[in-house]
Amino acid sequence: MTATTATPIPVPAPVEHRSKIAWAVSDALTIAQRNLIALFRVPTTLVFSTVQPVIFVLLFRYVFGGAINTPGVRYVDFLMAGIFVQTVTFGSVNTGVGLAEDLSKGLIERFRSLAMARSAVLAGRTLADSARNLLVIVLMLLVGFGVGFRVHTNPFALVAAIGVMLFFGFAMSWVMANVGLGTGSAEAAQAAAFPVMAILVFASNAFVPTTNMPGPLRAYADHQPVTAAVNAVRALTIGGPTAGRVLATLAWSFGIVAVFAPLAVRRYRRTA
Amino acid sequence: MTEPAIRVEGLVKRFGDVVAVDGISFDVPPATILGLLGPNGAGKTTTVRVLTTILRPDEGRATVLGHDVATEPDEVRAIIGLAGQYAAVDDNLTGRENLRMIGRLTHQPRAVVAERAGELLERFGLADAADRPVRTYSGGMRRRLDLSAALVHRPPVLFLDEPTTGLDPRGRSDLWAVISELVSDGTTVLLTTQYLEEAERLADDVVVIDGGRIIAHGTPHDLKAKVGATIVEVRLADAANAQRAATVLAPIGPTEVAADGRTVRLTVPDAGRAVLDAVRALDGAGLVPEWLTVREPTLDDVFLQLTGHRAETPADTDDAAVPQLAAARSRKRGAA
Repeated sequence: MTATTATPIPVPAPVEHRSKIAWAVSDALTIAQRNLIALFRVPTTLVFSTVQPVIFVLLFRYVFGGAINTPGVRYVDFLMAGIFVQTVTFGSVNTGVGLAEDLSKGLIERFRSLAMARSAVLAGRTLADSARNLLVIVLMLLVGFGVGFRVHTNPFALVAAIGVMLFFGFAMSWVMANVGLGTGSAEAAQAAAFPVMAILVFASNAFVPTTNMPGPLRAYADHQPVTAAVNAVRALTIGGPTAGRVLATLAWSFGIVAVFAPLAVRRYRRTA
Repeated sequence: MTEPAIRVEGLVKRFGDVVAVDGISFDVPPATILGLLGPNGAGKTTTVRVLTTILRPDEGRATVLGHDVATEPDEVRAIIGLAGQYAAVDDNLTGRENLRMIGRLTHQPRAVVAERAGELLERFGLADAADRPVRTYSGGMRRRLDLSAALVHRPPVLFLDEPTTGLDPRGRSDLWAVISELVSDGTTVLLTTQYLEEAERLADDVVVIDGGRIIAHGTPHDLKAKVGATIVEVRLADAANAQRAATVLAPIGPTEVAADGRTVRLTVPDAGRAVLDAVRALDGAGLVPEWLTVREPTLDDVFLQLTGHRAETPADTDDAAVPQLAAARSRKRGAA
């Protein structure tokens, strides 16, 4: 055998000692920071996730809105709650696309070879996407005010509404994380996400009341998570019975995270 | 003999019905380089993925500095560095941000990370580009950054999966120099490659794999001796002359006619003597070649010699040679 002299095995760099949970949080924040840097350095994703809802606002406010009957509520107020929820739901596709990109570029492979928390890449991504959602929501609020949207409750209710949207978007990000890890290419993730998005967002009460939908569709639309979230945001911005609607949305969001987060982490551990 | 830094025993990895790694075993002594040589699809990357805890082995056992990759993955991850085939760095971050991120993810104190990042950027000639997004880097720069990222936490064991694929000759020799330096500091390296030259330049020991199995294991010198150190190629005017040339060259060493029907390949252990013999033999038969070249064997030649078939690399545009007159070509399947 060659060169097997008594060269001592080098010692790896010393590590900081913290609890496993403290490191899991730190790792997730490190990854979130990385994703946010990318967001501001390459603002195209931000622009895209804003342009689309703005078009929807203009389209529904000025083109279709006149033909949609929302008894007792101005259509623009009815619409904006739907737009907010649509924005965070569509925004979750970015989570899947981003993860699929990391996967195809080999970054996930590097992360998996490090002694970092197994949850961090996913948690960091979903956190960063929540931060992006917050930014887009604020932008959409301004657009909404520009086309006549008014909050009829109070500022605290509006803050609560934003909280509900963010948490719902966070939950949807975990669904899309599974899609991203499952497909492994940005294009495929996008393509796979679209039907899910369409079924959730368009077959809901986001843009039109469900009253005129055919029976089975209406039964579905009335009992799915996007409708629940839209109802909660409407209650918090327009008024009416609120607590039950907010609780229903929180229950949906918690439920979605409880199911899809462990699934995504499991997939992350195994995806090569 | 010291405890090996990497020990692989009867490793098997399947993907459904496909057996990607089929019972391989080898040891890598500390502060040495093992070259894992094989064509695409031979099982090199799968082996690296198992050893770096990314995949779990289906059978067998592998340890890194005594830690089992399947049962103690966190201990293994803390002592290994991985630089893969794709330069796994974030395009949107700067070089420095990439290294700091990895530094934090390897749980080093912030101050140490900042210093270490600066040191690595300097060492790998990236100091001037340190604060530019990686998107603007050349291929060679990305590779160097990727290798730096694998070194942030000073891992004593390094896995390099085709580290120089796609690099220009300058980038390749730069990287070779860095790897040699690391090993002289005590780092143990397992590197996969498709280039025989690279294995020869760097590796203390070479494992040749094909179809998930080890088909040869030894020092680069042993391997070359087995393959025949030199290849003499002669192009004749037409197929008939090529056949005649193959016949007159056969006594000197194993010969074959390439698929074009006109090129004769002679494998010899000792170039000087053999070239003279070949020229004399051709001259004696009145055969005037269009050209005659003497070259080092490639991975393809090694494969042909060891397995009787050509390495099926997609990049292989070389004519799939038809082993005619393939004298004494035993199908050696000597698991080391």
